[in-house]
Parts: sequence; structure tokens; C-alpha cells
Amino acid sequence: MIKDSNYKRFKKQMKSKITVKQARLIVFIIILPVAFVLFSKILAYVNKDSVTAQQFVDLQQGDSNFPSFRRAHAKGICLAGIFESNGALGQYSTASVLQAGEFNFIGRFSIAGNSPTAPDLKAPVRGLALSIKDESSTNSEWRIAMNTPPVMAVATPEAFYAQLQALAPDPDTKQRDPSKIEAFFANHPESKTFLEWKDGYTPASSLAGETYHSINAFYLLDEAHNEQAVRWQAVPSLESSIIPQLNQENPDALQDQLAQMLEVAPIKFDLVFTLALPEDDETNPTVLWPSTRETITAGTISIQQYTAQTVGECANINFDPLVLPKGVEATADPILRARGSVYAESFRRRALEALLGENE
Amino acid sequence: MNKRKAIKYYPARSRLLHWSMAILIISMLLVGLSMVESLAVWQPVALDLHRSFGFLLLVMVIVRLINKYLTPRPRLPKKLPAYQVLAAKITHTALYAAMLLMPLSGWLMQSADGRTITVFNTFNLPHLIDANIKAYAFFREFHGYMAWLLIIMIVMHVLAALYHGLIRQDRVLTSMLYSKKPK
Ligand code: HEM
Ligand code: HEM
Ligand code: HEM
Repeated sequence: MIKDSNYKRFKKQMKSKITVKQARLIVFIIILPVAFVLFSKILAYVNKDSVTAQQFVDLQQGDSNFPSFRRAHAKGICLAGIFESNGALGQYSTASVLQAGEFNFIGRFSIAGNSPTAPDLKAPVRGLALSIKDESSTNSEWRIAMNTPPVMAVATPEAFYAQLQALAPDPDTKQRDPSKIEAFFANHPESKTFLEWKDGYTPASSLAGETYHSINAFYLLDEAHNEQAVRWQAVPSLESSIIPQLNQENPDALQDQLAQMLEVAPIKFDLVFTLALPEDDETNPTVLWPSTRETITAGTISIQQYTAQTVGECANINFDPLVLPKGVEATADPILRARGSVYAESFRRRALEALLGENE
Repeated sequence: MNKRKAIKYYPARSRLLHWSMAILIISMLLVGLSMVESLAVWQPVALDLHRSFGFLLLVMVIVRLINKYLTPRPRLPKKLPAYQVLAAKITHTALYAAMLLMPLSGWLMQSADGRTITVFNTFNLPHLIDANIKAYAFFREFHGYMAWLLIIMIVMHVLAALYHGLIRQDRVLTSMLYSKKPK
């Protein structure tokens, strides 16, 4: 607080005509605009050339308009079953669902893309999401969203945003621009492992026959808080003789086939964890760890029931991979850490649409 | 609440609560608005702190309301026009309401998404309601709009405080700043 007497002396020295009262009035009037401008300048500086979660979801949903559906992986089918944990990872993590036992899960098979009516067989990527819970303990829920590629093409959300922009069809011609795509990958040599995988990949003839990868790495934490970086994959255990023929004309070919298979028997995957060594980079989702790394099978995912996603419980879940049980933590992988706010934005939009009944 | 004795300044514990909460709430608003947009690696850490400090603020506002009931407060200047007294009363009540509703809607929103909140990595909060996407939508939007209402109210409140301090030059601003007995 400036004393009035100081002010008066100051005023005399300056021979100014402004009275103390006027000075105070001026301060009062300008303080808010000044604070506001300063603040927005600082914000603009901090956020320069960064992409927001809202821009990301805008790009992913594009001009497709399907209220109350996911903005990515919009098409899918709800699953329910049991995770039979063998406890082999119990020494690495205190997570209750990694101790020996049987735990219920809700899951979802999906295909990449923003349309819930897209043809099953056209999608380049397929996904498997799980929410595994130990009903007898709090903070035990593990939400997992896995995809068919073992790696990302790029290592940061900004680069992934640019990748989606390069892959997006031209708004007028509805065609992708191959030169744009080529230029993008040429500018991003880190996409090499991804492109090699893509060249060698043939989609399985069933959702139950794919291998789904965590892609991002996580830490398992034991009692003493020792960290072990891991990735995992869901490996199908499937006898090819029981896979019904796919109808190539049917837009829901994969879902209908899945329904047929579940009439007969549960669909099973082994959840296989790869343990990193200290020299492996757990924060870069474009790089595979050497194939010689130790793997441990944590248990079997046994899918027993399916429900259409319009009525099933999985529609109400945000499979945010940062919802982790005690005993599992996120690495500093920039892709992994960006997923939380983007999934939340997609979830926020579709939740509001569900509340307002815009899906009817 | 006829405890308004003729004191000129807020007692120290009231000022401590007011200023610590003011700093925390303004930080919560800034962190909240940044983290819902951010894709940065610190985002999950910020979210975690947001939830923990949010719960702390819920506890603090309850303590503050109890303190308000038990503690004498300075009277507003007698010369103050009646409409300004009323405006002050309404804003203060609304600020208390917002200080309760912000953390409550945040907690409810997280329960409706089935999430367990762990406060400062030490203990888990119970779920207030079962997971439900429509309840999530309601409390998520409520939390977002309430935040903007709170920002508007804080701007009004701070402007009013500065108006007292700079223009009217009465004891209202100093009553929240100092403890010294008047000279
Ligand atoms: C920065 C990178 C990524 C972004 C921005 C992103 C964005 C999204 C969004 C917005 C959704 C819809 C969420 C909802 O409304 O519930 C989604 C779903 C999904 N994402 Fe990602 N994603 C990213 C990386 C990944 C990675 C690395 C994987 C696989 C390991 C993955 C697998 C999935 C799956 C399987 C789903 C569907 C989950 C379900 O069935 O509900 N995503 N993604
Ligand atoms: C005084 C207390 C609080 C204040 C002032 C506050 C403020 C905010 C603000 C300004 C936002 C951004 C809203 C938007 O942009 O729409 C936000 C988001 C959020 N708040 Fe709070 N909050 C408070 C307490 C809490 C508590 C106690 C929790 C949970 C326990 C919580 C959980 C969240 C979450 C999860 C989000 C992000 C939602 C999303 O990503 O979609 N908040 N908060
Ligand atoms: C820099 C910012 C702030 C300034 C300069 C300020 C100033 C003041 C002053 C001078 C008073 C006393 C008013 C009176 O005696 O009637 C007061 C009271 C109060 N302030 Fe603030 N304040 C600030 C921030 C906040 C914030 C962020 C909140 C809450 C969100 C808040 C909530 C309150 C409440 C509820 C009262 C009434 C206390 C009572 O019960 O008597 N203030 N503030």
C-alpha cells in the first residue's frame, strides 16, 4: 500500500495535474484489462504450436455425425467374460487382478474409424478394450485399449495429429492424397518399424484371431515400489477349424461371425507381458524391444458373451488407458500421456449427446 | 448469526482460510482449464493434483463455514448503500455455494465414470454414485459451467474489493488484509 503522503510528495515533484483520487481511479479501471491481456499472452506463449484435445477430437470425428458414438473406434461390439489370472506377475506388481484368481471384465472389440456403420472388413486397424476389476477391492480397475499394430508410426501426439491430417481424405474429392502420405512418412523416419509391420500384415479372418498390443509401455510396481517396464499383447488361442466363413459382402461380417463363434465356445486370448531391460526405451512407442526379452503370461482372457454396443454396457465406459490399478503406473511415453485428455473429450461429447437423447 | 461484534478486521484464522483458499481456487481454475485441453506429459499429473487439491478444498470450505458461524466478522461500513450491502451478501453466499459445488460435482463426475479418486496418493475416496454415462454428462457439464460462473463471481468480488480499497478507501479491503488494531 502506497502511503498518501508519499504520493503527495511524488505529485509535487512531478508537478503533475493528476490527483491521487484520479490515479487510484485509473489503477482501478485498467487493472483488470491489464491482468487479462498479460495472462492471455502468457497462455498463448506457453501453448504455441501445440495441439489441443478438442482439436484432436474434431479431426478424428471429421464431418461424420453419429451422436453418442465414440469419435474414434466408433464401431464395435460389447463383450463380457472372465480374466483367469495365474498370478505369475504377482511378484512384479501388487495389482489385485494380477494375483492368482478369476476376475470379471467388460470389453469391446472395435475397428478404427469414426463411423459406427462402417464395413467391418475395410478397417486397417482393429482394437480390443478391457475393463478388468477385482470386485472385492477398491482401486483395482484396469482399463486397457489395445490395437493390432505392435508400434505407433510416430512418437508424439503432435506428430500423430499431423499423420491423421496427412491420411485424411480431401474434403472435395473424398480421396486420400498419396503424395501427402508419402511426404509425411518420408519426414518421419521413426515410422520405419510401423511401415514394415504394415507391409507384412494380413488381417486375420476373425476378430478372435488377431494379436492385440498395448503399444505403450507401463510400469509394474511391487511391494517395495520397484519399477518394471512392460508391454503386453493379447495372443489368440484359437483352433482355425472352428472359424466360420466370412461373408465379404456383409458390412457386419466380423461381428456376425463373432456371434456365431460365441454360441459354440468362449473365445480366448493369453495376456502375454514383455519385460524391458534397463537399456530399453519405455517412452518411445515407435520402437520394439528386442525379441529376446523375457515374456510372462499373466493369464487368459475368456470372452463369454457379446451384446450390441447400442444396448451393451461397454458404450458407457471410457476405456482410458490411464485408469490403472494400484501396482501399475504410466510411463512418460508422450503418446500414452496424451490419450487421457483426448479420450475424456470424446467421452464428454458422446455422454452429453446420450443425456440429451440425441441418438434417438 | 448475531456474532458481529464491533471488530474492524477479520481474525487471523479467517484471513488464513480466505487467502489460502483464494490462491488454491484460482490455481484450480487455471489448472482445470489448461488440463482439459493439454496433451502434454504433465497432464495426468496435473489431473491427479487437481483431484487431490479439489478434495482438500472441499474439506477446507466445510471448516470455513463452521469457522464463519463461530467467529465474529467486521461490519460493512454504515455509509454503504443498501444495494451494495445486498450485492455483497449475494456474492458471498454464491461464492460459498460455488466452493461447495465445484468439488462435489468433480467428485460426482468421477464416480459416474467409475473412477476411484486417490487423494495425494494416500487414501481412496468412496464412489458417491454408481457409474452412469448420463450422470457423468450432467456433472461434467455442471463442473465446466460452474467453473465459468465462479470465474465471473471472483472477478466481480475482486473488483468490489479493489473498489473499496482504491475508490471508497474504507476499511473493507483492509479488513481482509491486516490484523493490526487501527492507528
Ligand atoms: C495420441 C494417440 C491416440 C489418440 C489421440 C487416440 C484417440 C482415441 C479416441 C478419441 C478414442 C475414443 C474414446 C471414447 O470415446 O471412448 C479412442 C479409442 C480407442 N483407442 Fe485410441 N487414441 C490414441 C492412441 C491409441 C493407441 C496407442 C491404442 C492402442 C494401443 C489405441 C487404441 C484404442 C482403442 C482400442 C479404442 C477403442 C476403445 C473402445 O472400444 O472403447 N489408441 N482412441
Ligand atoms: C474447488 C474445486 C475445483 C475447481 C475450482 C475446479 C475447476 C475445474 C475447471 C475450471 C475445470 C475445467 C472445466 C472445463 O474446461 O470444462 C475442471 C475440470 C476437471 N475437474 Fe475440477 N475443479 C475442482 C474440484 C474438482 C474435484 C474435487 C475433482 C474430482 C475429484 C475434479 C475433477 C475434475 C476433472 C476430472 C476435470 C476434467 C474433466 C475432463 O477432462 O473432461 N475437480 N475443474
Ligand atoms: C485477489 C483476490 C481477492 C481479494 C482481493 C479478496 C478480498 C476480499 C475482501 C476484502 C473481503 C471482505 C469483504 C467483507 O468484509 O464483506 C472478502 C471476503 C470474502 N471473500 Fe474474497 N478476495 C479475493 C479472492 C477470493 C476468492 C478467490 C474467493 C472464493 C472463491 C473469495 C471468497 C470470499 C468470501 C466467501 C468472502 C466473505 C467472507 C465472509 O464470510 O465474511 N475471495 N474477500
